[in-house]
Amino acid sequence: MDRAQLVVDKVTAVFPDAVTEVQEFRGEKTLYIALQQLKAVCQLLRDDAELQYNYLSDVCADDMLPDYPRFAVNYHLYSIPFNHRLRLRVAVEDPDEGPETVGSVWAVATWLEMEVWDLMGVRFAGNNSLRRLFLPEDWQGHPLRKNYPLGYEEVQFSFNWADIDAKKPYAKD
Amino acid sequence: MTLLSGSDKVQELTVEELRAKVGTGMEIADAEEHMLLSMGPQHPSTHGVLRLLVELDGETVVNLAPDIGFLHTGIEKSMESKTFTKALVMTDRMDYLSPMSNNLGYILAVEKLLGVEAPPRAQSIRVILTELARVASHLVWLGTHALDLAAMTVFLYCFREREYILDLFEMVSGQRMMVSYFRPGGVWRDLPEEFVPAVRHFLDFFPARLADYEALLTNNPIFLNRTKGVGVISAEDAVSWGLTGPSLRASGVNWDIRKAQPYCGYEQYDFDVPVRTEGDVYARYLCRIQEFHESLRILHQALDKLPDGPVNIDDYKIVPPPRSTLGTSMEAVIHHFKLWTEGFKAPEGFVYQSVESPRGEFACYLRGNGGPKPARVHFRAPSYVNLASLPKMAKNLFVADLVAIIGSIDIVLGEIDR
Repeated sequence: MDRAQLVVDKVTAVFPDAVTEVQEFRGEKTLYIALQQLKAVCQLLRDDAELQYNYLSDVCADDMLPDYPRFAVNYHLYSIPFNHRLRLRVAVEDPDEGPETVGSVWAVATWLEMEVWDLMGVRFAGNNSLRRLFLPEDWQGHPLRKNYPLGYEEVQFSFNWADIDAKKPYAKD
Repeated sequence: MTLLSGSDKVQELTVEELRAKVGTGMEIADAEEHMLLSMGPQHPSTHGVLRLLVELDGETVVNLAPDIGFLHTGIEKSMESKTFTKALVMTDRMDYLSPMSNNLGYILAVEKLLGVEAPPRAQSIRVILTELARVASHLVWLGTHALDLAAMTVFLYCFREREYILDLFEMVSGQRMMVSYFRPGGVWRDLPEEFVPAVRHFLDFFPARLADYEALLTNNPIFLNRTKGVGVISAEDAVSWGLTGPSLRASGVNWDIRKAQPYCGYEQYDFDVPVRTEGDVYARYLCRIQEFHESLRILHQALDKLPDGPVNIDDYKIVPPPRSTLGTSMEAVIHHFKLWTEGFKAPEGFVYQSVESPRGEFACYLRGNGGPKPARVHFRAPSYVNLASLPKMAKNLFVADLVAIIGSIDIVLGEIDR
């Protein structure tokens, strides 16, 4: 039997309304999971003897602006014993109330979620390590969001050097 | 309580001030008795600009937290504003020791999104060049790792051989490091005539050089003392902490993406995946040394089997038409113009493509929205994920061992910070 179908069957047997949609694109299966049940589903996927998704490859977030729900978080799982990849996708309506952390299922998740929080601003409930990782501590905003500008610096010439320098936001002296 | 910063100025801080200042959110076990040492960002053994905040009890590491982001350039964001082809140049700049692997991961993701596959000759060329990049990258690892452990000689030899490989890259792409040679649908240009003999020459002299390095290190008592039993991580922990590449295989998990989910025709080459079970620094060293030999085996086979034929697909909506046709064909001019002003459009959807980079699983998540620019690019950088388990490996060891462990997980900060 198709492994992705096996996953769907196993998950729906325990959590009937967890899988909201199954999508296939270019041979990759994506399971859309309800936000509240994500952690329980992940635990099941890792622990079930016939599934054993013991490896979390990546967590990354998508800003789907102007769609609603705006954010989506992808979990790329891999099963080393069965050599199978699977993507879980969770729609997030409010980035401050994102999915629960899966750090207790795969230890590396805490670290991967920190990147998502820093650059996309999706908060993972229960992850106490969320902080600015790549950006300075006093940075405003989350750059990977679609409404965050790429940012173009005003070019300084000798005649307007002081004017631009005065309003540049960096530490002086 | 004192915080030693880069200068020799010692600041007196309360515990609360200290917590606010260190900026890594690390739990400090005993702020009164232990010393907090800020190691890096300008420190030769941190392989770039990595800052480690280390809590020390005497010389023993109680806890540590990596502080990264000094090289953050917003590559993922910048790529969203460029066409698929133009965004390629940014991937070189992530893992600057192995730009070919980055190119490959990104290009395979683009091709998967478009639903095209490069012709067999291009696939073989990609294999040859990524394996050369693996050798070059491992040479830098070997040299710097040995240098961290005070073996100066190896470093100089390794860079000599790496230079030869960089010359090969320059031969095919015109660039030593920032190659951008793989393109959607194939490669930039076919190999020059002198390339294959030059690689064969490399394959002839390199095994003897490799034996030299091994003679310097593998049974060297000082090296053994510094690496055996240091930084041990179990197979279960390594999987849970997301280690990949030689670092994972040194813990006894046989997982190599080239074998498990082959791409670019890796299934047609006969090679072994070196696996050790000790999980310490020395095992990681042995795994990588063995990978040199396996890469050479793949290179021999790939050169022997290198097929003839085109190096690009003939879809001029993706690949620029040959320069010679521009003078005679109107369609070619149109394609050329559309491609370089607008780029090609990719369908809506998202893909995830992994390749085995020298450091581990390099993966690219790519979402298209029907336009000529990626809607979202995300890179699963192996160095970034491998760094997560550093605190676990280094606990209760000496600071000197920490240096050995950083060398053994082989991080590249350009890739971590992106």
